Amino acid sequence: MIAHVHDNINYLKTKKGIMSWLVTVDHKRIGMMYLASILLFFITGGTFAFLFRLELWSPLKDFLTPDQYNQFFTLHGVIMVFLVVVPGIPAALGNFIVPIQIGAKDLAFPKLNLTSLYLYWIGAAVALWSIVAGHADQGWTMYAPYSLSQNPAVLWMMVAAFILGFSSILTGLNFIVTMHTMRAPGMTWYRMPLFLWAMYATGIMQIFATPVLAITLILLLMENFFGIGIFDPALGGDPLLMQHFFWFYSHPAVYIIVVPGFGITSELIAAFAKKDIFGYRFVAYSSVAIAIIGFIVWGHHMFVAGQSELADTIFSFLTFFTAVPSAIKVFNWTATLYKGSIDLKTPMLYALQFLWNFTIGGLTGIILAILSVDIHLHDTYFIVSHFHYVAMGSTMIAFIGGIHYWWPKMTGKMYNESVGKLASIIVFVGFNVTFFVQLIMGSLGSPRRYYHYWDQFQIYHQISTVGVFILAIGLFTALINLIVSLWTGATAPANPWGAKTLEWQTDSPPPLYNFTETPVVTHGPYAFETEKA
Amino acid sequence: MDNGKTFWLPEKASTFTSIVDPAFDLYLWISVFFFGLIVILITVFTFKYLRRRPDQLATAQITHNLTLELSWTIIPLIIVMALFFVGMKGFLHMRVAPSGYMQVNVKGQKWSWSFEYPAGAVNDTLVVPVNTPVKLAMTSRDVIHSFYIPAFRAKADVLPNRWNAIWFQATRTGVFPVECTQYCGTNHSYMWTAVKVVEPEVYQEWLANASDPGKGKTPEQFGALLYQKRGCNACHSIDGSKGVGPSWKGLYGRQETTNVGMVMVDEAYLKESMMVPTAKIVTGFQPVMPVFQGVLSEREIAALMAYIKSLK
Repeated sequence: MIAHVHDNINYLKTKKGIMSWLVTVDHKRIGMMYLASILLFFITGGTFAFLFRLELWSPLKDFLTPDQYNQFFTLHGVIMVFLVVVPGIPAALGNFIVPIQIGAKDLAFPKLNLTSLYLYWIGAAVALWSIVAGHADQGWTMYAPYSLSQNPAVLWMMVAAFILGFSSILTGLNFIVTMHTMRAPGMTWYRMPLFLWAMYATGIMQIFATPVLAITLILLLMENFFGIGIFDPALGGDPLLMQHFFWFYSHPAVYIIVVPGFGITSELIAAFAKKDIFGYRFVAYSSVAIAIIGFIVWGHHMFVAGQSELADTIFSFLTFFTAVPSAIKVFNWTATLYKGSIDLKTPMLYALQFLWNFTIGGLTGIILAILSVDIHLHDTYFIVSHFHYVAMGSTMIAFIGGIHYWWPKMTGKMYNESVGKLASIIVFVGFNVTFFVQLIMGSLGSPRRYYHYWDQFQIYHQISTVGVFILAIGLFTALINLIVSLWTGATAPANPWGAKTLEWQTDSPPPLYNFTETPVVTHGPYAFETEKA
Repeated sequence: MDNGKTFWLPEKASTFTSIVDPAFDLYLWISVFFFGLIVILITVFTFKYLRRRPDQLATAQITHNLTLELSWTIIPLIIVMALFFVGMKGFLHMRVAPSGYMQVNVKGQKWSWSFEYPAGAVNDTLVVPVNTPVKLAMTSRDVIHSFYIPAFRAKADVLPNRWNAIWFQATRTGVFPVECTQYCGTNHSYMWTAVKVVEPEVYQEWLANASDPGKGKTPEQFGALLYQKRGCNACHSIDGSKGVGPSWKGLYGRQETTNVGMVMVDEAYLKESMMVPTAKIVTGFQPVMPVFQGVLSEREIAALMAYIKSLK
């Protein structure tokens, strides 16, 4: 059969030309377009961070005005949160890997998948246009009434968040339906790789949290066009209500950001320790537990905002429960290394630095849940550092580790291993130099979003700025190494790492429909060779 | 002098430092322990079980261990619950001002603070007595700000249309910075002021001066102002016309007939008439004047007397 011959051609070569990409419904090509877009926005958002960290070299003006500084941190925050870390791993790697890991030909709704990519592009364009054209500087948190004074920029920002939210919902829905209906024969729930459990938990959060953005947008429109006081105190509205709405979405969004990173880390540690993940079920359930608890802790962002003491106390109590599944995961990953056969390849170096960074990110999160201490630390550099340890040090590091891990599968090329390892070490050093001092500076009382700061904090700012230089060198080394491999890299074998999950049982890159024959699963995802007992 | 600054925390100057700092330090050591434990285990395992030969692929068959997993579920749970109680206990103390506090109202606006005292003083820095509970009732004239005194470990957001409160008790004298920690636009990072903690006597003196609208005026000018502000003009004319009370024109040095006999109007009589108006009632007038004992300060009394004296 002709179709059969076609099946063996890899997905990159089935059709040629730009249109073959723009109208494709192949999950792999959509994943690659997402990956390219997200990396582009990561570089853009990073450039703004680089520029305002340079400005912070001295306490007074270096080369930006206060308004430019404020716009730069707004652009950095909006791009990194809404265009990079929230969609990041699910949209890029999830799209590519999820169907292959369960042994399916594609996602359940391929056209919906392409729609989500277009919504992402439209949402990104609206978000950037609204900030740049509106000279908006309200930060990614958009607190009323300050943000309302910047209308229509904040209204358009909400429209953008709404469109991007829809893109997220479609991705989450697609993953959940795919996992329920399209698993290969023998692929039971407990034979699913942990990356899939993480994608499932993320999907639940995307579907249930994101609609709140739409409600907020409708309320903002009603306030703006009909003068109904909802958030604006000048109209008799309550600005705290906007914070509740914002965090009701944005707190689960924090877990939408980090849970996919957990999934990747599980895959990397299993593959490079050649061992079954210790306590597979505990790790799988803890992702789901975090997804559920994540919905009822949003008030911990408002401990100094003027909530009642009762609300503060309840939110603090609930928040501490998120620490437990996070601790379980870290201990389980550590235990997996015990008596393994550890190979320190580039992806594994990222997995290990994920453990380092996430332990710091998690521990610094717990202290912020301690009510009395949070009063002091709230809105200082301490919180800035904490969420960068999670969003950048954990999620982005896992993302970059995942890109290295699946790069041979996605492109069919091997990158230079030595350069990859070197870059990963530079990134580790750069990241920690940049952000660890911010913990100290914050607990000493330096507020966030300060253009002008006291002289006593200059040394901390300068160390942090030096760290950004190191981090940038590491990230560009990694990126160039990957891009160069497209031309000069050796051809990748089907399974360069000796991993056991299904994506490694097909060609690199995979054919259009992923497998030439439907795979039959007879064992768990990490059934490595074991010693005779 | 040791101001209590440590590697992690700023100088100490309020009673809250004995709540926040020990909790911070306790948690710091818990974190150091767990972080150290994880890093040591990872390092040891990584080097001990590093693949040294490419064919060394078989690994121990360990999939789970219920006792271990339950222990690292339950131990963290106990620790975080203990931390919750520590935090809650301190927090409730930090949120509820003890009785007998002194109140100052705080208004935030882009990009300055103003402090309003009960006696009417308005100032751009916060001046408070040492070792006294002070409650700040705070509101904003525009967007959300946040009032933060790092040395006191005290902070709360300041919102339009709403009053948030914090309280604190300063433990030593000095000048401590106040920062806005909620982003509020262009000059957010310039929205600073200071809290000056002083001895109670110094505070009283400052308050009296700050509350004194007569500052920089001669006693006569200040008296003229008080004549208006204290409502003397409602009953006493300055042009000789008869009101509810005698006119002040040419009053000083005059002989008056009262219900207790003839009186020479001098400083002693004027002061007595303000403090105890019913002591000597001038014939033809009713005993209706309100008592100003405790309302007017000595300076204000002197200023009023100087003013009356000047009305020849």
